[in-house]
Amino acid sequence: MADPRTHRLRLWTSAGTIAVLVLAVLLVPPLVQFDEQAVDLSRKLLPPSWDHPFGTDDLGRDLLLRCVHGLRISLLVGLVAALVATVVGTAVGAAAGALGGRPDRWLMRLVDAFSSVPHLLLGIFVVALFRPGVWPVIASVAVTHWLSTARIVRAEVLSLRGRPFVDAAVSGGASRWRVAVRHLLPAVLPQAGLAAVLMVPHAMWHESALSFLGLGLPSHQASLGNLVQNARSSLLAGYWWPTLYPGLLLIVPTLAVAGLAGAWRDRLNPRRRSELTL
Amino acid sequence: MLELDSVTAGYERRAPVFRGASLTVAPGESVGLLGPSGCGKSTLARVAALLHRPDAGRLVLDGTEVRAWRHRAPRARRTAVGVVFQQPRTAADPRLTLAEPLRAAGRRAEARERVAALAPAVGLTPDLLGRRPHEVSDGQLQRACLARALTLRPRWLICDEMTAMLDASTTAALVAAVETYREETGAGLLAVGHDRVLLNRWCDRTVEWKDCLPTAA
Repeated sequence: MADPRTHRLRLWTSAGTIAVLVLAVLLVPPLVQFDEQAVDLSRKLLPPSWDHPFGTDDLGRDLLLRCVHGLRISLLVGLVAALVATVVGTAVGAAAGALGGRPDRWLMRLVDAFSSVPHLLLGIFVVALFRPGVWPVIASVAVTHWLSTARIVRAEVLSLRGRPFVDAAVSGGASRWRVAVRHLLPAVLPQAGLAAVLMVPHAMWHESALSFLGLGLPSHQASLGNLVQNARSSLLAGYWWPTLYPGLLLIVPTLAVAGLAGAWRDRLNPRRRSELTL
Repeated sequence: MLELDSVTAGYERRAPVFRGASLTVAPGESVGLLGPSGCGKSTLARVAALLHRPDAGRLVLDGTEVRAWRHRAPRARRTAVGVVFQQPRTAADPRLTLAEPLRAAGRRAEARERVAALAPAVGLTPDLLGRRPHEVSDGQLQRACLARALTLRPRWLICDEMTAMLDASTTAALVAAVETYREETGAGLLAVGHDRVLLNRWCDRTVEWKDCLPTAA
């Protein structure tokens, strides 16, 4: 266990990084009036400088601006997909755990069936059904990522269901719905929330993977996956910046979220928290 | 009448905890059930509280046989039997304040009145009611659990080792609270425990666990 100061440093660095990135994607596109799609072939593949801190790409577009726009789309896809996946996973897991018996067996076999297919492959299958766009990518990531949440929530609900306080509620006349809403869900929501936060960067990686394979967002739209994909040919010619910066923007949020989630996990786990304060 | 008739119950069908246990509690009567730990008396208490479906045998409550258990049982039937468990720590939801389970029963105005009347009866001061389980002692928490069992005015009360975790003065206070409630309402009591002295003083009659079982076995 890291000592409290390292711990706090990690927490604040992570939170600060996320705050900066979120502010950038929220404020830059409406406030900065340059067109991120504007092509200027006379300025193509310029290395990073004061005018273009991230350099320009092979069509002379400013990479900083495109990276921010790309991060905006990727973050949006990641957030919505993680949220949908968590809501679906929590609902399925809680229903399976709380109802038990046959509904539980059927729901869990459904989860097993989904899990038996590699999830990137299943995701590709889902996006292939629709026209390229933001929503098919969100659907594809959400459909393939509720499974682990469902398993976690079900296990937690199963362990809670046998506790005497649930017996007491049943004896006090509480309906199934009331027991679920009042006693079971409040106990699993922190876990589900943690799973959702951890899933955001994971979903961003999936968006990037799909876009990189040419199956995700339309290729003119700036997304982190598309930026890396478009930069591939320049990289072989020795132009490193069009690949490096979008790549960094994929890695940095992932590390920051992991740092935040670590702190959250410490809060959730009282035994570790007490070790910290002693 | 609360009548358990040759009840076989357990958590695995092939290996029930006990077979053919019978026990009767008359209205207004208090019956103590004495038995060593692990013999199945808590499971029998759960059956009597409609919380555990027996593998065989009958439970007759106020003249009608119980055929549905837990959520399947009608609300009025479930609430006719109040239950207090041995360990208040596991019997209280750690997320709810002590007052919340008391209020959960019935309408808001009525519930406030009920809480105001019950809290002093079990010896809970108003400042305790707003606390969460980890902020009070075992004894205070068990008082809240008793109050929770009494809010719905059950005709039958089942105390499963209610005082096993408590000191002598809290035990006396809780037993007194139960007896006051029974005097007011004429409720029947099944007190399960292994403390012979306590049960002999508390109850109209005490039954040995082995006398509940069929003699042939």
